[in-house]
Amino acid sequence: MSTYHSKRAAEFLKDPEKVTRHDQTFWSLRQKRDDRAHELPEWEDLREHSSQIKAHTATHLADYIDQFTENLKKNGVIVHFAKDAQEFNEIAYGILEDHNVRKLVKSKSMLTEECQLNPYLIKRGINVVETDLGERILQLMHLRPAHIVMPAIHLTREEIGKMFEEKGISKEIGNYDPTYLTRCGRENLRNDFMDADAGMTGCNFGIAATGDCVVCTNEGNADMSTSLPKLHIVAMGIEKVIPDYASLAVFHRLLSRSGTGQPSTAFTSHFRKPRPGGEMHVILVDNGRSNMIANPEHWQTLKCIRCGACMNTCPVYRRSGGYSYSYFIPGPIGVDLGMIHDPKKYSGNVSACSLCLSCDCVCPAKVEPGSQIYRWRQSLEKYGTENKEKMVMAEGMKAVYENYHVYDALLRNSPIANHIPESLADIKLNPWSIGHTMPHFAQKSFHAIFKQAMDELKKGKK
Amino acid sequence: MVLFRKFVARKRTRKYIIMRVGLFIPCYVDALFPQVGVATYRLLKKLKVDVVYPEHQTCCGQPMANGGFQRMSGHLAERFEKNFKEFDYVVIPSVSCAAFVRVNYPQILDHECKTPKKAIELVEFLHDVLKVKELPGSFPHVVSVHNSCHGVRELLLSAPSEENIPPYNKILDLLNLKEGITVKEPERKDECCGFGGMFAVEEPQVSTRMGTDKVQRHMATGAEVITGSDSSCLMHMQGIANKKKYPIKFMHVAEILAADCNILKGDI
Repeated sequence: MSTYHSKRAAEFLKDPEKVTRHDQTFWSLRQKRDDRAHELPEWEDLREHSSQIKAHTATHLADYIDQFTENLKKNGVIVHFAKDAQEFNEIAYGILEDHNVRKLVKSKSMLTEECQLNPYLIKRGINVVETDLGERILQLMHLRPAHIVMPAIHLTREEIGKMFEEKGISKEIGNYDPTYLTRCGRENLRNDFMDADAGMTGCNFGIAATGDCVVCTNEGNADMSTSLPKLHIVAMGIEKVIPDYASLAVFHRLLSRSGTGQPSTAFTSHFRKPRPGGEMHVILVDNGRSNMIANPEHWQTLKCIRCGACMNTCPVYRRSGGYSYSYFIPGPIGVDLGMIHDPKKYSGNVSACSLCLSCDCVCPAKVEPGSQIYRWRQSLEKYGTENKEKMVMAEGMKAVYENYHVYDALLRNSPIANHIPESLADIKLNPWSIGHTMPHFAQKSFHAIFKQAMDELKKGKK
Repeated sequence: MVLFRKFVARKRTRKYIIMRVGLFIPCYVDALFPQVGVATYRLLKKLKVDVVYPEHQTCCGQPMANGGFQRMSGHLAERFEKNFKEFDYVVIPSVSCAAFVRVNYPQILDHECKTPKKAIELVEFLHDVLKVKELPGSFPHVVSVHNSCHGVRELLLSAPSEENIPPYNKILDLLNLKEGITVKEPERKDECCGFGGMFAVEEPQVSTRMGTDKVQRHMATGAEVITGSDSSCLMHMQGIANKKKYPIKFMHVAEILAADCNILKGDI
C-alpha cells in the first residue's frame, strides 16, 4: 500500500516533537497570510484578477515572449532561449566560460534547482556560491531545499550554529542566537560578493511591456549579486512573463502576502539594463512549460507564481516535511509539477493529499493544486503507476456496491466482524489499525431498520 | 365547514406536493451509523417533510474516485441518477457524499444529469431550503463542531478560513437552535482531520497524526461531544480517540438536532 511519500513521511513522523515544530512553523505562516488577506477587502477579487491575467498570458504567451524579448534587446540585454535543462546549463556555462568566470554568486532560483545547474557548473570548475541565507546553509550542508520560499526553515538554529562552527563561519562556540548566526553568515558572504566574477538571479516577473526582470527578495542578496560583478545572468521560466506594470501590481500584492504574510518583500528590484561596462543576459527556459499549455486538465499549473502558500497550508506537507516528496518542489504544487514533468517518475507523491482543498482556497492564482491532484490520481492507471492493492480494494467495493443483494447480505452478516479481537485486527497488513481501532458494524443497518419499521406500519394499518 | 376542511386538506397536500424529497443514506452510514439515518429521517418527518427512502441504494461512488478510480464510479452514479432524478431534492446526511454528487457527477456521467443540482446535504437543506428557525428539544451539552473539508470548501456550509468573505457557519446556526447547548469550534476550525477516504490507509501515519492533532484541538475546547455533518470524519477521529482512550464522544449533527424530539406516529 505504501507510496514513496507515505514511506518517507512515516520516517519523518517518528519524531513527533519535530513534527509539531514543523507544523506550527508553517501554520504560523498560514495565519500571517490570513491576516494579510483579511486586511484587503478586495482580496478575493485580486485572486480572481491574477488568475485571469495568468490565463490570458498563457494563451498569448508567444506574443508576450516576443514583446519581452524585443524590449530586453532594446535595453541592451542579450537574450537566450533554452528548450530544456541541458540546453540551459550549456548556455549558462557558455556565458561564464566566455567571461572566464571562476566564482559565481547566485541569488535564489528554483529554476536552477530544477535544471541542476550548480552541480553542472561545479563539475566544470566554477565556484558557485548561493547567497540567499537559507540556500547558503543548505549548500554548506549538502541538502536540497525543503520548501520553495523558506528552503531551510526545517532546520533548527542549533543545527545551523554547529555547522557554522565546523566551517569556521561562527567563532563564538555555542552561540546559537539567530541574529548572531545571521550576522556571521552575512559577513562570510561579503567576501564572496567582493571577488565574484558574475552574479545570477532568478526572476519573479518578466514585464513584457518594458523588459524589466523583477526580483523579490528579503535579504537584498539579488542586489548584492548584481551590483558588484559586472556580469549578470537572469534565469527564468517562460511562464514568468506577464503583460505590464498593471499586472505586476496585482501579483506583487499577492505574492508575499500569500507566501510569507508580508505586505511586500523587503526588496523588489527591477533589472532592466546591463550596468555601465557590464553585460546582462536573460535565459528563457521552456523545459516542458509550453507542453503544459496544451494539457487540457493541467494547464492551470502554469499559472503558479511560486509563493509557497499551498505548502504552508497543506496539512500533509506540514506533517511530513519537504523531503518526503520525490520531486524537488514539495507540497501540493510540487505533486502537480512533478507529474507534469515526469508522471512515471513522480507518481509516488500523488498519495500526499487528503483532498481537503485548502490549497485551492489559498492559491493567489487559483491554480487549484488540490483539485489537480484529484485529476492526476485518475490518470495513474494510464501510466501503470496506480497502487495495485488500492485498486483491488476499489474493485471489491465496486463489486459490492453495484450489486444490492450482495451488499445487503454482507451487511446482514457484518456484525460478526465486530467479534474479531482488536489484537487480531492489529496487524501490519491492516494500515487502518496503525492509528485506529476498528469501526463497529451496527447490529442492523439503516435500510433493515427502515424496512422493518415500514412493514410494521403496514401491518398496523391493516 | 366542508369548505374549510377542503381548504385545509388542499393546503396540507400542497405542502406535501411542493417538495418531493428523496433520502440517500450513504453506504458507511447504512452499515456503521444507522442511528444517523434514523435521526435524519425523524428530523425530516418532524419538520413535516414528505421524505421518501428509495430501496436498493448503496454508495455514491466517492471512495473509489478519491482513490483514483473514478472510472469505477460510473455505474453507481447512473443508479443514483435513476433512483433520485424524479425528486426535487436528494437529502444526504454526509457532506463528502453530497459534494461528490454535486461536483463530480457532471464529469463522470457523459450525459446530462439531474441529481447534481438536486443533491443537498442535510444541514444545507435545513438551513437554506426549510429555513429552520426553531427546533424542539434540548441538548444540554458542550459540543465542538467539526467543519469537514468538503462541507466548507465545496458545499460552503461555512466561510472557508482561507477566504476573505464575511464569516458564517450553517452548522453552528442550526445547533444553536437547541435549548441548553454550548457550541464551540476548535482552534484551526477548518483544518482537515486527515481521513480523506483511501488516504487514511495509503498514508496511515500522516492521517493518524492529523486526526490526533484534530481530536486534541476539539477536546481543548472543553467539549463533551465532537459533532459534524460527515460521519466519515467522525469515524476516523473516533477510531483514533478509542485507540488512545481519549474520553470524548462523537455524534452526527442530525443526532443532536433530532435529540429530545417527540417521535411521531408512523416514524421509525
